[in-house]
Amino acid sequence: MADALLAGWGRTSPSRARVLRPGSVDELAAAVQTAGRRGVIARGLGRSYGDPAQNGGGVVVDLTRLRTFDLTGDRLVAEGGASLGELIRALAPRGRFLPVVPGTRHVTVGGAVAADVHGKNHPADGSFAAHVEELDLLTAEGMVRTLRPGEAAFHATTGGMGLTGVVTRAVLRPIPIGSPTLLVETRRCRDLDDVLACLSGSTARYAVAWLDCLSERGRGIVDQAAHTEGPVTAALKGPLLSVPRHMPGGLLNRHTAALFNHLWYGKAPRVSVRSMPLGAYFHPLDRIRDWNRIYGPDGFVQYQFAVPYGEGLKSVVRRIARSGVPSFLAVLKRLGPAGEGLLSFPIEGWTLALDFPAAAPGLPELLDACDQAVIGAGGRVYLAKDARLAPESLPAMYPGLARFREVRALLDPAGVFQSDLARRLRL
Amino acid sequence: MNNAFRDPQSLLVVGGTSDIALATARLLVRRRVRRVVLAARPSGALTRAADELRTAGAAVETVAFEATAVSDHEKAFGEVFAGGDIDVVLVACGVLGTNALDPVKAAEIAAVTYVGAMSAALVCANALREQGHGALVVLSSVAAERPRRANFVYASAKAGLDAFAQGLADVLHGSGVRVLVVRPGFVHTKMTEGLPPAPFATTPDAVAVAIHAGLRSRAGTIWVPGVLRQVMAVLRHVPRAIFRRLPG
Repeated sequence: MADALLAGWGRTSPSRARVLRPGSVDELAAAVQTAGRRGVIARGLGRSYGDPAQNGGGVVVDLTRLRTFDLTGDRLVAEGGASLGELIRALAPRGRFLPVVPGTRHVTVGGAVAADVHGKNHPADGSFAAHVEELDLLTAEGMVRTLRPGEAAFHATTGGMGLTGVVTRAVLRPIPIGSPTLLVETRRCRDLDDVLACLSGSTARYAVAWLDCLSERGRGIVDQAAHTEGPVTAALKGPLLSVPRHMPGGLLNRHTAALFNHLWYGKAPRVSVRSMPLGAYFHPLDRIRDWNRIYGPDGFVQYQFAVPYGEGLKSVVRRIARSGVPSFLAVLKRLGPAGEGLLSFPIEGWTLALDFPAAAPGLPELLDACDQAVIGAGGRVYLAKDARLAPESLPAMYPGLARFREVRALLDPAGVFQSDLARRLRL
Repeated sequence: MNNAFRDPQSLLVVGGTSDIALATARLLVRRRVRRVVLAARPSGALTRAADELRTAGAAVETVAFEATAVSDHEKAFGEVFAGGDIDVVLVACGVLGTNALDPVKAAEIAAVTYVGAMSAALVCANALREQGHGALVVLSSVAAERPRRANFVYASAKAGLDAFAQGLADVLHGSGVRVLVVRPGFVHTKMTEGLPPAPFATTPDAVAVAIHAGLRSRAGTIWVPGVLRQVMAVLRHVPRAIFRRLPG
């Protein structure tokens, strides 16, 4: 047990909490039952960008010691603290892969459920929760409940940001793959319309675009990929580089961002097809350890929103391009129909994620204006990335919020599960 | 909670009718602050201030606060924090007084500006530490760096408070709670009404803007206007014989 100052991946707004690392579900239950006045929240590998895995003045249970898993037949049973990276590493040699992986593999199963993460294959395969057959939830009274799709508690937990309880175990269905290699087609697109057309016309299982939001036209690079029978290479490689602990602020500004985006665009071939190992395609940033430190001590904010198909995406992109606030490579994906998670992020349409240095002048007001544009378009921002949304914007973005609150009140009437995110957004 | 930009959602003002404090509250309510607690001596001015902030959209509570009644501070602020997290505490109680060489009046100035403010700041610092996050803004003065003839009693009290706040910032390092020391120059307020303004005089609104910018940055100390940082760095070393003759 130790007190620690915890922040999210964006390294903004840290708070101090008592951190417990239970080694068993019994120890976890004891930690939850003795949490005290300011409650408890589970934390995995700390990849949420904002404040959902911190609980100022309260208890944070670090789940990473509960990490065993077992593959029997085509079902994968994993504890909540098992990382997706460990699972991929174990599955790949057996010709299996996780049905949904987010942009980093340093995510726990519990975190993936709580944020209901999505990947580059959302239109084809849905979000993480769509592949969970059942999950175990440690609730406020210290009991483990097994939940299945169709139950209200299940759909409040998937995407519920850990506020219904602690996910101690999940049963997943991995997908078969021919090899841990992907066939990737990379295409350079001269403007936003070109990018959108290319993504819309894609029939590949995985598709993602890197957008240069500093260019007025919104040029970009589209990567489409499919699993393939290919040469067997290592599925995942360790990091190539790491970023030193003390990076000065201000390295990433409008000029360096423009230069970086220019080089990134320039290095991409007009069209190319090649095979790539899983890790290189799905988690390029995992190759740089602690890449979040490049933003310096003020940290950074990732703004990820989803809007239905239509003019919403372009209006937000234009607003950001005109503002002059520096944004590095933005990631654009298509999302398929929404799942059933009451606070799950994906809705059918586009999702764009942009990184900004938190100290950039004008950024707070720019993002507030973007929120209104997103709400106007019928969209929402992603809570796993959020660190600055105003509480009054939340109900318009998440129509399932009222129902979520009802289910949460039944599961946790005393409000034992608390987080800084929950306090900030008055969840 | 303070968000990623360190914009607070709740604000406690100690000395809740000060012009600078109210200008700051008004500005922060325009951003994210939705709960304001004004701690001050009950008065018509306090009621008016609360009403104004309510009209601006905040939920406002008032708490009876007497700076010199230090033994009551724990209870008064305990109830405020029990009502929900406070993201920013602004300690803004102080009296300028006159500079007649009156020991009783001087002791009163010190009792409010230094002792009362320090006691309130300590009670709030402990509460912030328990919630594991927050910011304590302490209103000091450039006079704390070098007193002038016109304000030396007040300046001595602010000097004590300033030194206290700097030490407290170090004690709180790593606790999730930060301290921001604000050193304005001459500010046109009801406290300074009728006095001849010193050079670099500023307004409560300008101080509010500077406090907001200071909260958003990682600064520990700010001067208002900012140029006073350089000015005071020089003035600190000006021989007393010359300093005494400077205007203001």
